[in-house]
Amino acid sequence: MATDYNFPDSAARAAAAAQEAPAEFQTEKMSLAMGPSHPSTHGVLRLQLELDGETVTRADPVLGYLHRGDEKIAENMTYNQFVPYTDRLDYLAPLANNMAYAIAVERLAKLEVPARCQAIRVVTAEMARISAHLMGLGAFGLDVGAWTVLLYSLEEREKLYKLFEELTGARFTTSYTRIGGVTRDVPEGWLGRVGAFCDQFLPILEEILKLLTRNKIFMDRTVGVGVISRADALAYGLTGPNLRGSGVGLDLRKDKPYSGYEQYEFDVPVGTTGDCYDRYLVRGEEMRQSVRIIRQVLARFPDGPWYAPDARRIFAPPKDKILTSMEELIQNFMIVTEGPQIPPGEVYFEAENPKGVLGFFIVSRGGGVPYRLKIRSPSFCNLSILPKACQGILISDVVALLGSMDFVMGECDR
Amino acid sequence: MSADLVSTLQARFPRLAPRPSADHPAVNAPLEEVVPLLRCLRDEHGFDLLTDVTAIDWAPGAAPRFTVVYHLLSTTRAGAYVRVAAPCAGTEEAPVAPSVTSLWAGADWHERECFDLMGVRFEGHPDLRRILMWDGYPYHPLRKDFPLAGIETELPAEDVAAETGARVVAAPMAGGPFVASAGEINLTEAEPRAKDESWSDRAPQPGHTPLRQVKE
Repeated sequence: MATDYNFPDSAARAAAAAQEAPAEFQTEKMSLAMGPSHPSTHGVLRLQLELDGETVTRADPVLGYLHRGDEKIAENMTYNQFVPYTDRLDYLAPLANNMAYAIAVERLAKLEVPARCQAIRVVTAEMARISAHLMGLGAFGLDVGAWTVLLYSLEEREKLYKLFEELTGARFTTSYTRIGGVTRDVPEGWLGRVGAFCDQFLPILEEILKLLTRNKIFMDRTVGVGVISRADALAYGLTGPNLRGSGVGLDLRKDKPYSGYEQYEFDVPVGTTGDCYDRYLVRGEEMRQSVRIIRQVLARFPDGPWYAPDARRIFAPPKDKILTSMEELIQNFMIVTEGPQIPPGEVYFEAENPKGVLGFFIVSRGGGVPYRLKIRSPSFCNLSILPKACQGILISDVVALLGSMDFVMGECDR
Repeated sequence: MSADLVSTLQARFPRLAPRPSADHPAVNAPLEEVVPLLRCLRDEHGFDLLTDVTAIDWAPGAAPRFTVVYHLLSTTRAGAYVRVAAPCAGTEEAPVAPSVTSLWAGADWHERECFDLMGVRFEGHPDLRRILMWDGYPYHPLRKDFPLAGIETELPAEDVAAETGARVVAAPMAGGPFVASAGEINLTEAEPRAKDESWSDRAPQPGHTPLRQVKE
């Protein structure tokens, strides 16, 4: 995504100024704690900065303010009981987390979910991606001083939340998927309302992006700022829009398709320079592509069951059967008290979430409780580049860098 | 494809053993071959992204007690994964594994997390300190012998105490989340109940006279 603008690099400018300054102007280093409650650290990240004037000479991120021990909790409850905890990882895209967790356990149980269930999951995951990117863009704009964007994007996100609420009963903590299916089928007319949302959303998205894409102030703050090179992005394990912004076209929906993504046509946007502006452009384009995917799913939405019918020891039977049939009642009782019976083995599944690649490494020794569940969270890996990326940039550019990384601390600290 | 990779690696590193795996190619490696093996996978097989480093605790008394597990992803070979596992050396209390920060800079935080929660020491790590728990925290909470309910610990508040003269009191632990693993615990004790907040009323607040005393 080349740009014909050529702005002076603020970091190089600051470094040159510091070099040229006569000895009597050299000041002593200052230590500054940015966060854990700071509007631009998006949650409870704390950056322990060492400053030389306005230039950051050292940055040490301090994590753990939102650490809840999700992995420990997972080892002590059944697979189904852990679904609500996945909502609280990346709480801006709970539907995508639910799906990633469910697929990981299904791989372990060697369970195939039917086409309708896959389609429902794809629609919800792409809607979650749009809502997460809307929040990300809005907050990024806010960080660099363009706060109109947030007003527009929150309005659109609200429409998505209305649809989520209709589908799952909750706006935020959806807990929608189950191992081997989803909680319930889509309501009557819901797919039509999703289609209508897509139709009205695209023109508004163009309007939102127009507020930033050729905005002189926004470009001054982001073009050439916070550059992450391709090699650095790979070395630090960046994923998602942050990796693609640096020019690596890794998208697991294309490279390692799951849940039927191979049936849909979409493009993977890739940046060229890896600066904050590229990451912004990638996110903007991803929303267009998400709409494209949703429309394709809606156009041929499969019929049939929305849970795996052969998952008798895993997926709770329908309520009307539980209330009328003894066998289903017993089966339901066993699933609730002992958990779904998962065979022993190891599985590592990664899904392309809005923030990057969310991975679940599950070690099972059989039974209803995972022996070890490791959550590979994209925000954690994306933030690990901060000590390097913050080096030598202006403190105001740290704000732009953080905004463009679009992380969620609930997922980072787990 | 997966069998190919494992046999190619075995030809190069004869001490590798295939690891049972349902999804990705996986190998068990001796600890001293982890770094050369991962370097070979990165440079010769295109696994350029280290997605995850973690450890498994096989319960106290097991031998080996800890296993480190690496997951690599290839950005050039259309989403190919490989899993490398190695038993840790060292004692049960202080397991040791080699650091791979020299291969991937991103291993830094993964290894710090693994050290923090599991207590695996990564030799050669430039700055091995806690990352999620606070500095000076005495336990490694993801170990199997650490209780889910937690262990009461002192809060690191010497600086606050020195500044304000106030004593920092930690909230008592409420027993962890509701867990219903049948047969293992008394379900009556595990029932969820209203959180006991009385501890915060009892403590006299600095600078405030309790209302009861005013009445008297």
